[in-house]
Amino acid sequence: MKGKLYKRFTVVLFLLPAIVLFVSVLVAPIIMSGYYSFFDLRSISTEGMEFCGVENYKELFTSGSISFWKALGNSMILAALSVFIQLPLSLGLALMLGKGIKGERIFLSIYFLPVLISTVVIGQLWLKIYNPDYGILNSVLANLGFKDVMPAGGWLGNKSSALWCVFIPTLWQYVGYHMLLMYAGVRSVSPELREAAKLDGATDSQVDRYIVIPTIKPIIKVSVIFAVTGSLKSFDLIYVLTNGGPFHATEVPSTLMINMLFLRNRYGMGSTIAILLIVLSFFFAILISIAFKERDIYGKNRSEAADEV
Amino acid sequence: MAKTEAKPQMKYDLDKYQVKKTNKVARVFIYIGLIVWALIDLFPIYWMFTFSLKSNDEVYGMNVMGLPKHWLWSNYTRALTTGNMPLYFLNSIIVTVAAIAISLVAAMMATYAMTRIVWKGRNLMNSFFMLGLTIPIHASIVPIFITLSKLHMVNSYLSLILPYAAFSLPMAILICTGFMNDIPHELDEAACIDGCGLWKTFFYVIIPLMKPALSTITIYSFLQCWNELMFANVFISKDSLKTLPVGIQALSGQHTTDWGPIGAALVIATFPTLIAYVFLSKKIQESFIAGAVKG
Repeated sequence: MKGKLYKRFTVVLFLLPAIVLFVSVLVAPIIMSGYYSFFDLRSISTEGMEFCGVENYKELFTSGSISFWKALGNSMILAALSVFIQLPLSLGLALMLGKGIKGERIFLSIYFLPVLISTVVIGQLWLKIYNPDYGILNSVLANLGFKDVMPAGGWLGNKSSALWCVFIPTLWQYVGYHMLLMYAGVRSVSPELREAAKLDGATDSQVDRYIVIPTIKPIIKVSVIFAVTGSLKSFDLIYVLTNGGPFHATEVPSTLMINMLFLRNRYGMGSTIAILLIVLSFFFAILISIAFKERDIYGKNRSEAADEV
Repeated sequence: MAKTEAKPQMKYDLDKYQVKKTNKVARVFIYIGLIVWALIDLFPIYWMFTFSLKSNDEVYGMNVMGLPKHWLWSNYTRALTTGNMPLYFLNSIIVTVAAIAISLVAAMMATYAMTRIVWKGRNLMNSFFMLGLTIPIHASIVPIFITLSKLHMVNSYLSLILPYAAFSLPMAILICTGFMNDIPHELDEAACIDGCGLWKTFFYVIIPLMKPALSTITIYSFLQCWNELMFANVFISKDSLKTLPVGIQALSGQHTTDWGPIGAALVIATFPTLIAYVFLSKKIQESFIAGAVKG
């Protein structure tokens, strides 16, 4: 009996720091956010705040001046660009690297380098790259023979080019990250399997297609989840580059939230956006997991088929 | 991603029973592709280094892309003296180190309780912590800000340390669990037979074996905390407490037309990670793989 008590005491004591930290900084505030989202809270003093039901949600969804849909649409566009441009590029690099190339490690290290640089530094650097007067992008384009291709208002100042120009630094920074994950997967494919397939007459691209890619499906899933939820959460780079401008062309939910809080003092509305961000993150994480579950079965079948041939 | 749906149709053909070698031409293209992306990765960084050492005349037209003609080290002294760069640097170190230390201790203890001690609900507890991996951290910013304001705790190190520690926690627990599951349970049993209680087992058996996990978590959390912008931007308005990301933002506001010092500040902020990367590239890459794949 004494032993049992001792065990219980130990468990509680060992879990205590983590639980206190986790609950006080993450769980409790999120519950509070949910609570505040039903109030018309316009200052940090919560006394006498007015209950307004789902008014915040209603306003967020219908008000043209808040442009929540635009922000959500932008983050969906960013997510789609990440999944359909960034990830294939990473996969391509990982597959190429996985073939046993000379200088593999050097390439790997170079590709991963941008991941380690602070997003603020990268944002400031790309501000200079895009600079309308002296930026390197214009000089490079001019040297290649494209003069005066910069859209009116500058790369980041033009409504139609701004979102692309925000995406490109993200692409530049994170291709290496996804490449690294996929490369680790590619390397984990057993050499015997490759050899067996090649012995059976499979070409390199067939090996990639029928053996390597199905094997690393779980990693691709992780990458897709990271890319999509990352786009939903994206803040730093956009804040540095455009802060959502021009005319909401690069607005995403998190920049909208911060502007609500600290430009308009609308804490209730900020909480509403925060809650929607959480819901969306979980929604997409679950959606992607389900989408990949089906594929996993195919993937398994395929790799088994390749095994048997 | 969903293009490969067709089933492979491979016929067994004895005549073809030979290993296909990688096409030479394809190999050349692979190298070209890899080198092109490497250049795309390196060029902006190279450019950052060069313009940090140039005068405005060179940046503004005389010499846009080349190496600086006159290496203007004074840009660095200006970056270090006009703003409070050394102070921002120090603040970043204080906040990051404290946050990592707290999350490491909390994660190690929690993981030990959840993986080595058998009790009902330990898996549920683990899933509870794992929720933190999907939750966007900004979602908690409003209540934290309100609470901190009421407690008069905005503009303090603690207002950043505690959130950063909490946000590193789920990943730290995840990585810890992976590593701790690799430690054979026989060791615990042996320790128990030798008279160690749960506490002694933790301190004398588990912790010494968790060193690789510690460095992995440290690397992973370091980048998260070192680069964090939103909380630092909102909670800290006092200049003497600003961290590097916020400080650089402020500095670039002061030097909008003077590129050299901004470039120098960017290089200074990047330097510690770059140096660490040169020596630890393999370990750092492994940490990121562990962080993603063990999930």
